[in-house]
Amino acid sequence: MRVTLFVPCFIDSLYPNVGMAMVHVLERLGHTVEFPENQTCCGQPPFNSGYWDEARAVASKQIAVFKDAEVILSGSGSCGAMFKVFYPELFHGQPLEAEAKAIAAKTWEFSEFLVNKLGVTDLGARFEGRATFHDGCHGLRELGTKLAPRELLKHVKGLELVEMGEAETCCGFGGTFAVKYPQISTAMAEVKCNSIQETQADYVISNDSSCLMQIGGWLDRNVGSIKCLHLAEVLASR
Amino acid sequence: MSLGTGDRAGILGRVREALREKAPLKHPAERSAGGEPTTAHFREWLPPVGPSIDEKYALFVKLSEQLRSELLPCPDIAHAAATVSALAQQLSWKTLALHRGSLLDQIAPLLPPELALIYVDAGYDKDALEACDAGITECDLLVAQTGSVCVTSTSAGGRVLSVLPPHHFVLARRSQLVTDLSEAYSTLATRYRENYPSMISFITGPSRTGDIERILVLGAHGPKRLTILLLS
Amino acid sequence: MTALADPPSQQFQVDANRTSSDSPRRKAVRHALSNYQAARDRTGATFTDWKSARAAAATIKHEAVNHLDQYLEEFEKKFTARGGKVFWANDSKQARDYILDLAEEKGVRSIVKSKAMTGEEIHLNEALLEKGYGVVESDLGEYIQQLKGEAPYHFVFPCMHLRRDEISDLFEKELGTAKTDSPEELTMIARRVLRRAYIEADMGISGGNFIVADTGMISITENEGNARLTVGLPKIHVALIGIEKVVPRLGDLALFLPMLATAGTGQHLTGYNSMYGGPRQPGEIDGPDEFHVVFLDNHRTRLLADPEQRDALHCIRCGACLNVCPIFKNIGGHTYGTTYQGPIGSVITPHFRGLEDWKHLSGASSLCGACTETCPVGIDIHHHLLHNRRNAAAQKPAAGEQFLWKAFTFLMKRPALYRLATKFAPLGSLLHPLIARTMVDPVRSWTDTREFPAAPLHSFRAQFKTHQRAQALASNLGGTQ
Repeated sequence: MRVTLFVPCFIDSLYPNVGMAMVHVLERLGHTVEFPENQTCCGQPPFNSGYWDEARAVASKQIAVFKDAEVILSGSGSCGAMFKVFYPELFHGQPLEAEAKAIAAKTWEFSEFLVNKLGVTDLGARFEGRATFHDGCHGLRELGTKLAPRELLKHVKGLELVEMGEAETCCGFGGTFAVKYPQISTAMAEVKCNSIQETQADYVISNDSSCLMQIGGWLDRNVGSIKCLHLAEVLASR
Repeated sequence: MSLGTGDRAGILGRVREALREKAPLKHPAERSAGGEPTTAHFREWLPPVGPSIDEKYALFVKLSEQLRSELLPCPDIAHAAATVSALAQQLSWKTLALHRGSLLDQIAPLLPPELALIYVDAGYDKDALEACDAGITECDLLVAQTGSVCVTSTSAGGRVLSVLPPHHFVLARRSQLVTDLSEAYSTLATRYRENYPSMISFITGPSRTGDIERILVLGAHGPKRLTILLLS
Repeated sequence: MTALADPPSQQFQVDANRTSSDSPRRKAVRHALSNYQAARDRTGATFTDWKSARAAAATIKHEAVNHLDQYLEEFEKKFTARGGKVFWANDSKQARDYILDLAEEKGVRSIVKSKAMTGEEIHLNEALLEKGYGVVESDLGEYIQQLKGEAPYHFVFPCMHLRRDEISDLFEKELGTAKTDSPEELTMIARRVLRRAYIEADMGISGGNFIVADTGMISITENEGNARLTVGLPKIHVALIGIEKVVPRLGDLALFLPMLATAGTGQHLTGYNSMYGGPRQPGEIDGPDEFHVVFLDNHRTRLLADPEQRDALHCIRCGACLNVCPIFKNIGGHTYGTTYQGPIGSVITPHFRGLEDWKHLSGASSLCGACTETCPVGIDIHHHLLHNRRNAAAQKPAAGEQFLWKAFTFLMKRPALYRLATKFAPLGSLLHPLIARTMVDPVRSWTDTREFPAAPLHSFRAQFKTHQRAQALASNLGGTQ
């Protein structure tokens, strides 16, 4: 299959390993991975802030860039949700409405694609360690992703997966919320990281890098020993 | 009335103006051929209650236990009277409030003479009612699905008798047990021919609160104990 | 009240900063809510089909709200036929004045109240106290908050933030009672005080959970029995209720009452669900001689006029969205600074009190969606927060922020420029430690409390390009097609 990657801006700059891990996993399964050079941003930051005209301007560009994709894979639940759930709303009653809906229809979150589209749960991965999984809210509630990541991690040899209490509670990132209301955001990070620490895991895995940025940011400042990993990185490990 | 009705026209006018623009229905419910969700549908979705009397009764028993309602099956009125008398003696009760009714009229003569009976039917002194050790009423229905007792201002001696004294006894018959709230409402509609008592109340367990640290405390304002004397 | 009060958004930031770092208080609130989710899930699991029940509740509320005039009129007709009186209050002042005038006309001296968020909304108690009426809140949590001089912390659990020792100290101070650490004893203290209040009150003021149109009844849900007493004993009953609280038929309550209980407190059914269809009727033993229902608009019609957010009027005030909201749990109910807290409060307050002043409540959310997921009547709560943000930006864009997004758009529409910009990320990361956490740190609001990741030398783009070249080379060398 020809799979087109949507690699959000912050993964591109800050977490390139996540993108590459996705590439390796998909190529090992025999698929061709495309990365349209002209992609920039899904438009979520201005959208979440209420500046929908600006969001539309940015999103229009992406719609053009991904027009010919067969399947679009997003490495981030929140950006994937932007394509899949919010583009139809953003372009409702607007010139590009049909194109926006088309993009939404062919967008998949990474773990959902593997499990529910390809029917694959065992990637032959190996990762030694005790880890817990954090459900990114956009993936969980906008895209319905809950079981797929766990199905995949179940088959990773050497991995001990423990569930944290309140796995579904928000980490506090929320895009610009994290910098507009930093105290509240940090309080939420603290609660999440306490749940993580209670599992005595050495790793926290998530399907959303923005969550990992928040969680990792708090852990690195306050704890130091727990490492953050994206689901793709674990699945790519041999 | 000197105080008027307020701005009825203004509010209704604004409502009608607002509703000229349609709002989409986002969660279309399962519809029967007829249209809107009906009570038959509710029954499909709410917690299930078995069809037989025994199953309903078993559920009512189970929920009563969870709710800390005391459910006492009584083979006859004499037994019910003996239960109340025993408790009155044990706790040294002085007064019991009650109302006239087909069941209560039978039980009253069987209660200990030293227990003063205060009837509310012709009116009552609020302080005297407040000072009663217990109150006993009849009821309209029992509801299996929720473990509730349904009283009305007609069937239970007014609005206050079933809620002011610290211990509420309900004299009920097994035949009063209905499946769920839907059946309760349709039964009440038929019974009162839509000339309803001014109060209908579903009592589900003794009074309770969790306002302090979410810790359950019984008897916040209403009765601390609810005892259902269930005649066959 | 200060002469120059801070705008609500500023007050919010100040309070949120304080409360989100108040670890003991946050812990107490989380503890108070810790059993809620489990209880709700346990009870919800007894439903044969919660999802369909929820969809049905949404449908019935949609019907009610979208034919609101019809149902309000039907209620009025049925209710007044049984001797009830309906007053249509445009706003807080009209509602307050009606109740004050009524109290004066009837020679009322003392008043007992059961839980009514509408009462908080119109600042009723202050007005009554100012006129010299004794007003006692009868719900235990509301009573405690009244003694403390605070607004309710949560509309279902008014004093969830307090520990028992704090309540004991409060009672000792205000009532002269002995210290105790038993919730039971504390409850009994309040019970004793309030018994007198019910008996002595000339007027009982309640709220209402549902306006039942076809039978002309007001339905009131509670656990304690205090509303039963508030509505049963005094000679005059006033129910203050928002016009949106309509359900078309009495039989609809068979669905709504269990759902309200499940979502609100994790109970199968709340302790007392009572429907009142008029004052004391001929032949009845007791009950108020007069029953006044005060319909409150107070900008609900404004929300009704917004078809996109009209479903916010489906709200049955169960409080479930507050219980699951991580922002609520960390900042607490008082920080919102307004009557209706939590997610639903953040949606409706801009409509009730002005978008300009209250849009920040819609901004202070990570949009996690837990509220929408839990709402028993299917309100799209977190998406409405987005809608409020959009409406606020359209009405009055913040100059600085609009410039920021315009610049952002400029960059993001130009892939070549964007690619160039990202090339500087590693350099930025290298230099950032020099200014990190200082006045000139552009990401200071992040780095104050969290580490910021360093950008690796090679972006994904660069690595992917390299990867592709390696693949191409390999396939050429391998001689494969």
